[in-house]
Amino acid sequence: MSGKSIFKKVYFSNIILGLFISLFSFSAWANEPAAAEAAEHAPQQEEKFDAGKMILHHIADEHEWHFFTIGHFHATVPLPCIVYTESAGLQIFSSSNFKNEHHEEVPYQGLKLEHGKIHAENGETVYDISITKNVASLLLSAVLLLSIFIGIGKTYKENPHRAPKGIQSLFEPIIIFVRDEIAKNNIGEKHYRRFMPYLLTVFFFIWFNNMLGLIPGGANVTGNIAVTAVMAIIAFFVTNLNGKATYWTHVFAMPGVPKWMLFIMTPVEIVGVFMKPFSLMVRLFANMTAGHIILLSLVSLIFIFENAALGIAVVPFSLFMNVIELIVAFIQAFIFTMLVSTYIGAAIEEHHH
Amino acid sequence: MELITPDFGLIFWQILVFGILFFLLAKFAWKPIIQSLHEREESIDQAIKLSEETKKEMAELKAGNEQLLVSARAERDALIKQAKEAADAMISQAKLDAQTAANQEIEKARIAFEQEKVAAVASIRKEAASLSLDLAEKVLKSQLKDKAAQEKLVSEWIADVTLK
Repeated sequence: MSGKSIFKKVYFSNIILGLFISLFSFSAWANEPAAAEAAEHAPQQEEKFDAGKMILHHIADEHEWHFFTIGHFHATVPLPCIVYTESAGLQIFSSSNFKNEHHEEVPYQGLKLEHGKIHAENGETVYDISITKNVASLLLSAVLLLSIFIGIGKTYKENPHRAPKGIQSLFEPIIIFVRDEIAKNNIGEKHYRRFMPYLLTVFFFIWFNNMLGLIPGGANVTGNIAVTAVMAIIAFFVTNLNGKATYWTHVFAMPGVPKWMLFIMTPVEIVGVFMKPFSLMVRLFANMTAGHIILLSLVSLIFIFENAALGIAVVPFSLFMNVIELIVAFIQAFIFTMLVSTYIGAAIEEHHH
Repeated sequence: MELITPDFGLIFWQILVFGILFFLLAKFAWKPIIQSLHEREESIDQAIKLSEETKKEMAELKAGNEQLLVSARAERDALIKQAKEAADAMISQAKLDAQTAANQEIEKARIAFEQEKVAAVASIRKEAASLSLDLAEKVLKSQLKDKAAQEKLVSEWIADVTLK
């Protein structure tokens, strides 16, 4: 895969989204008589469109990969459920077992799927490590990252002094950007090389997952609090385990401050130690989730007003928002890496007062 | 609330996936990439430095060459000048020698001519003397054929002698 084709793909995904949105609006319009007909035949009332529910469903995790639903056709990929309970031990089965032929939720082997969570019918604790939509996307991104960067690594190893070629030349400026603008500037010439593998992994992990999340039908991995929490906790350990004496004296006994002030300063600094990774967690989660919510809200407008003509305004605007999100995908990866490196830089800095 | 409650499963997978990703990428991707980027930059840096040094050396060499050229030119000019002077001196010397030789020859010729002239004049004078003697003899012989004339003459001579 060359660099060009990636850009093409990203560009292409925008077109797909546009088409997708217009298709949706068309089918909404076309389904009106069909819905009325269905209402006649079916005794239950056709569910009214709930934008909030739809959006929350889209940004949340699920046990199957749902792409779209047209009428009674559900385009879903069932994913493996891996569940541990004390009574039944480790169980691995397909998530399709939770659905009957009418696409209704049914219990399976004493377990039931409710609101995207697996519960045991007898009420015992369920340890659910299923390959959910987000985990599947996570694994996909890992495969993508490994195949791209190990491939590039090989090229570098084979001819280290040559100019970059193909996909190598797409990522080399970004790698150099991370090294020069993020690592070197914030950590310093002396120590930056030690943190390069971590920073590059963080950067490309976030960036790739952000981008994958923008593909229609993609999972909202970096907009999931569990993922960002783990990233933040890793950042916390990387920062504090590398903390030098200067860093800790600044936390517990800020030099050059009157003694009585320390009663205020030290608690604030200690809170700050935890607040930094916490802000990392919330920032990435909130930014990515917000982006998805905006895009989904724009699409929902058509369904709320039940008017296909709205697509004329909504499609260009959601296209614009999608482009913004492409930029945000990069910026959030950059900001996360940037902030982690400033925290590391502050932790390993050695002042001489 | 569900949105901000982290799932146990996802935390588990994220730690696992990120950990494996970090380990594999660090070992097989970032290490060779960072290393070779560093090496490449180093080698480019060295190449640039080398080229700059070479340039400097070339400039120095060129300046040296020019200096050499200038001194060679000066030497050549000096040599030519010297040669010219030597040639001029030789020519003038030769001229002088030729002049002297010619003068000597002329002088010699003049002296020879003078001697010839003197000899010629002497011989002419001798000739003339002997001619005049012969003439005188003939005159005398003719005048002194008769006795009277001889006596007259002797008497004249005697007269002269007495006068003295």
